[in-house]
Amino acid sequence: MFIKKECVAMLLAGGQGSRLYALTEKVAKPAVQFGGKYRIIDLTLSNCINSGIDTVGVLTQYQPLVLNEYIGNGQPWDLDRQSGGVMVLPPYQGKDSADWYKGTANAIYQNLTFINRYDPDYVLVLSGDHIYKMDYSRMLDYHKANNADCTIAVLNVPIEEASRFGIMYADENDKIYEFEEKPKVPKGTLASMGIYIFNKKMLEKYLIEDEANPNSSNDFGKNIIPNMLNDGANMYVYHFDGYWKDVGTLNSLWEANMELLGETPVFNIYERNWRIFSRSQAKLPQYIGLNSKIENSLITEGCEIHGTVINSVLSSGVYVAPGAVVKDSVIMSNTRIMDGSHVNYSIVDSDTVIGMGAMVGEEYTPDTAITVVGAELDISANTVIPAGAMVNGAYLTEKGE
Amino acid sequence: MSTAGIIFANLHDRNVPELTRWRTMCSVPFACRYRLIDFALSNMINSGITNVNIITNQNYQSLSDHIGSGKDWDLARRSGGIKILAPYMTAFANNGLAPRSSRLEALKSITGSIYDMNCDNIVLCDGDGICNVDIAGMIAQHEKTKADMTLAVKSINITPELAAKSIVYTSNEDGLITDVLVRPHDITGIQDVGINIMVVSKRYLQIILHDAIARGCTSLSLDIIAKNEGKYMIFRHDDFYASPTSMESYYMTNMQLLESSEARNSLFNVKGRSIYTKIRNSAPTNYVSGSKVVNSLIADGCVIEGTVENCIIFRGVKIGKGAVVKNSILFQDTYVCPNAKLDAVITDKNVVIRDGRCLSGYKTMPFYIEKGKMI
Repeated sequence: MFIKKECVAMLLAGGQGSRLYALTEKVAKPAVQFGGKYRIIDLTLSNCINSGIDTVGVLTQYQPLVLNEYIGNGQPWDLDRQSGGVMVLPPYQGKDSADWYKGTANAIYQNLTFINRYDPDYVLVLSGDHIYKMDYSRMLDYHKANNADCTIAVLNVPIEEASRFGIMYADENDKIYEFEEKPKVPKGTLASMGIYIFNKKMLEKYLIEDEANPNSSNDFGKNIIPNMLNDGANMYVYHFDGYWKDVGTLNSLWEANMELLGETPVFNIYERNWRIFSRSQAKLPQYIGLNSKIENSLITEGCEIHGTVINSVLSSGVYVAPGAVVKDSVIMSNTRIMDGSHVNYSIVDSDTVIGMGAMVGEEYTPDTAITVVGAELDISANTVIPAGAMVNGAYLTEKGE
Repeated sequence: MSTAGIIFANLHDRNVPELTRWRTMCSVPFACRYRLIDFALSNMINSGITNVNIITNQNYQSLSDHIGSGKDWDLARRSGGIKILAPYMTAFANNGLAPRSSRLEALKSITGSIYDMNCDNIVLCDGDGICNVDIAGMIAQHEKTKADMTLAVKSINITPELAAKSIVYTSNEDGLITDVLVRPHDITGIQDVGINIMVVSKRYLQIILHDAIARGCTSLSLDIIAKNEGKYMIFRHDDFYASPTSMESYYMTNMQLLESSEARNSLFNVKGRSIYTKIRNSAPTNYVSGSKVVNSLIADGCVIEGTVENCIIFRGVKIGKGAVVKNSILFQDTYVCPNAKLDAVITDKNVVIRDGRCLSGYKTMPFYIEKGKMI
């Protein structure tokens, strides 16, 4: 049953994503819809299977229902296996203690039993909230070639943004000699992407030590990586120069969606040899009506478009009525935009109805604030929702809806 | 009461010879992302049938590829699930490839498999019927009326051409069949026409098959149904039904989906009865600035830079800048280069239409381009 695996992936998917506000009221950040037919976690899961990693533990904590049912038995990613496959790992009650996951390192610590069942040589630690395509097998080869204890994927970021990230300082052989978590005055630009490969034995040792330290915040960036570095461990950076985006904020989520558009999109999801897999909804093909107008947009199966769609990303089953206009927006699955309504520079979550003649958001300019409408809401006819509004159930109650 | 399903894959291959050169009739592509068999399969699983058997005869590689493990229809099962019953030769019988030319011949060749099916009823269904039928309701009616056989019909205004390819049923007010006309030539008006879906108890099916073997019968419709020797009932399905009888009718059936939302809804938007197909994990379709799309059904995974009007566009199609495609059906991965013009064309998989080419058929004679050709 438990065949030895060279590398087991641990995917941290418990984050709330509080900066996505209404979008993560009911779902964890990795389960937020992205790019028409995906959820954010699809990118990482697809990377795993495309890199030949078939054993993935998904660590969940915040609002796990949607994420759990979405992952299911892992069938969409070919991760339904006799041995290995995808396994959702929620926090649990042990014999002596019951703990939530206190930090990223603690989450892995609590699941060492899962890792050890497969007796892996390496453990790949991933986050479920980044948009990128990456071949982890190459990173693993690099890790092995360096005989490293730990390899951290890094991205060259502009110096002015560097203080948002964990910054690595490495010598000409890519060996790390210093690390700073979110430095106020960064001296370098190699930002950690939150992708780590550890030698399993080394990782286990440090996780156990870290757990024994009551003052630790049990975090990879704050504790495990600095501790290893202090002990002189053999740590390397792995340079990544492709597209990578942390979609932790509304603006970055919107931008990531917009970067799929155009003749030569910034982020290409059409590669045949690097498909992004997702759970499909068995919808009919998209129908584009007689008087519709579509410009520079992504549209998904099950959509029915009679109105105007410009610079937008529409998930499956979205209905755009005659006379409705959707512009510079991200519309999630099964939302209905009714006759004559306008949606401008907004993110509208799934199963919401934008009533006839309603005006949501304002024309996009670099200074406009983005408007967000949560899931399963009913925006009544002719409602005006100003730019920057965060519409959820409470907002509507307050406005007397 | 449990039910198993049997689907006939090859019966009408000759109806559309161009499309069935490399595939069975039931694996002919339809409506952007489906194969004809998806309707039969989905109808079965939507009514709780989890043991589905597909009888093939020839050309079934594309079918096997489409079905795979049956995962996409939830038919990858420990018990039951999906099986392709390919033709075989035995040391004892001389029934090589030829005898599967009719439903009855096909069934006679799988009596062993039928014996092994752990079920009370069996649904027999052609693989090329385009419909979303309530088979669960049909089975319930079959059991309630204690019929020997229940046959699905649709009442239509029949033309002599259609009649020559149909079975016409007459029934009394209880739905009991009183007369059966197989391929009549002198009939018009509103008639109940068979849509080739039937429910029969396993026991009764075994009896008629043994009887047919003993008597050398070869046609289910002529030798068994038309004789009307048991309690045969009709089951009404008056929503959309089509089954391509020619290239022209194949083309028109696709185009019907563009004419009204009614056809689309009665096929694809029935609550609790989705139509499932093989999942290809294509990205959403990209409508680049400058594209113009009117009244078309479009699958995922396409990149559209040109103009598309009244078309059925399959997954992974690319339509270049300045290209104009009208009234056409483009199968998977067709590539229309910039400035090409197409009207009433059907392109099979992986066809490339190069820059500026101009091709046109007519709706009664669509211009068909074979798989993999470059023009």
